[in-house]
Amino acid sequence: MAMTEKEILAGLGEIIDEIAGVPADEVTPSKNFVDDLDIDSLSMVEIAVAAQDKFGVEIPDDELKNLRTVQDVISYVQRSAVSA
Amino acid sequence: MHLPAGAPGARILAFGGYQPANVVTNDDLAASVDTSDEWIRSRVGIASRRIAGPDESVADMAVAAGGKALAASGLPTADIDLVIVATCTQEAQIPNTSATVAHRLGISGPGAYDLNAACAGFCYALASASDAVRAGSAQAALVIGTEKLSSWVDWTDRSTCIIFADGAGAAVVTAADSPDEAGIGPVVWGSAGEHADKIFVSGRESFIFQEGQSVFRWATTALAPVARAACQRAGIEPSDLAAFVPHQANLRIVEAIARQLRVPHVRVADDIVEAGNTSSASIPLALARMTEKGHLGAGAPVLVLGFGAGLTYAAQVIIMP
Repeated sequence: MAMTEKEILAGLGEIIDEIAGVPADEVTPSKNFVDDLDIDSLSMVEIAVAAQDKFGVEIPDDELKNLRTVQDVISYVQRSAVSA
Repeated sequence: MHLPAGAPGARILAFGGYQPANVVTNDDLAASVDTSDEWIRSRVGIASRRIAGPDESVADMAVAAGGKALAASGLPTADIDLVIVATCTQEAQIPNTSATVAHRLGISGPGAYDLNAACAGFCYALASASDAVRAGSAQAALVIGTEKLSSWVDWTDRSTCIIFADGAGAAVVTAADSPDEAGIGPVVWGSAGEHADKIFVSGRESFIFQEGQSVFRWATTALAPVARAACQRAGIEPSDLAAFVPHQANLRIVEAIARQLRVPHVRVADDIVEAGNTSSASIPLALARMTEKGHLGAGAPVLVLGFGAGLTYAAQVIIMP
């Protein structure tokens, strides 16, 4: 079952709130993790691990470094969920 | 064949910790490598660490910590018939460290062996001592984790020299008269040898290499289930723990695993802030300090979780003496 962009965004907001303490309503598609949300590479790994549990999509380190904005993650999850 | 009756359980009588006197701050490191206090605190959570003197060995530190644990236990040295030293940083493989340490502590002729499970070493050694006591192979054991990581670190490598430190911690283990009095729960241990290349030293002329991000990912993925399994095997709900004392690898890993356990009210050891990562010594050092500060009273259930190079891991619930 494919998730909508809105569902992924909501899920991602919860994860980022829990891991990095960034309020979910600040997690919008255009935000850059490092520059806008002040999330470093270790928190990104944690977010990837949590996203794997939540969305059933594995985000390896090689892919993770290319995901710079919230929209990048949404698109990656949608793409991977389709191909899975 | 005659077999010993053994004991219904094993328990910890006391802890002891030892740290070298020399305090090295983040600013001290920033003077020689390209790093900063802010970066180190935010990435690994360390403010300062202790570094052993050039003539101070893993055996010296083990004797100091072991002596404190023995004194606090009230047991005469004559009662100790097993000494296990967990270490991965001794200078020479022969002779082992434990026999010398036992001799220097005045423990006469115990079974003595070294154990290398890297940063998981203390939990492995504690499980081995508990099993030996329960099986009747030993009456009372001294378990020590001791490390001089500073001798194996490249002091120009800013990714590792900011993390690793020196120290020793010890516990005295003896028999419990009934399962109700047991203080060392069943161990949940394992390894992931496919990740052997994530943390290694290739020889004595070489230094510790660590693939930080991969280790971080493994630790934040694989270990919370191990921690939960150790609670389950001991019959203790994670929410009933008084404290969670994981290996002090990196405060970010410690906090991530604690978050995954979803027990916000449980005290989480943060000894790394002033001790650095002391590998197999970190858990007993933290327990000794928490006892000293009165953070953990007798009877408190505590989850310990060791993990590190190998990769190896081990967890058990213990009851504080």
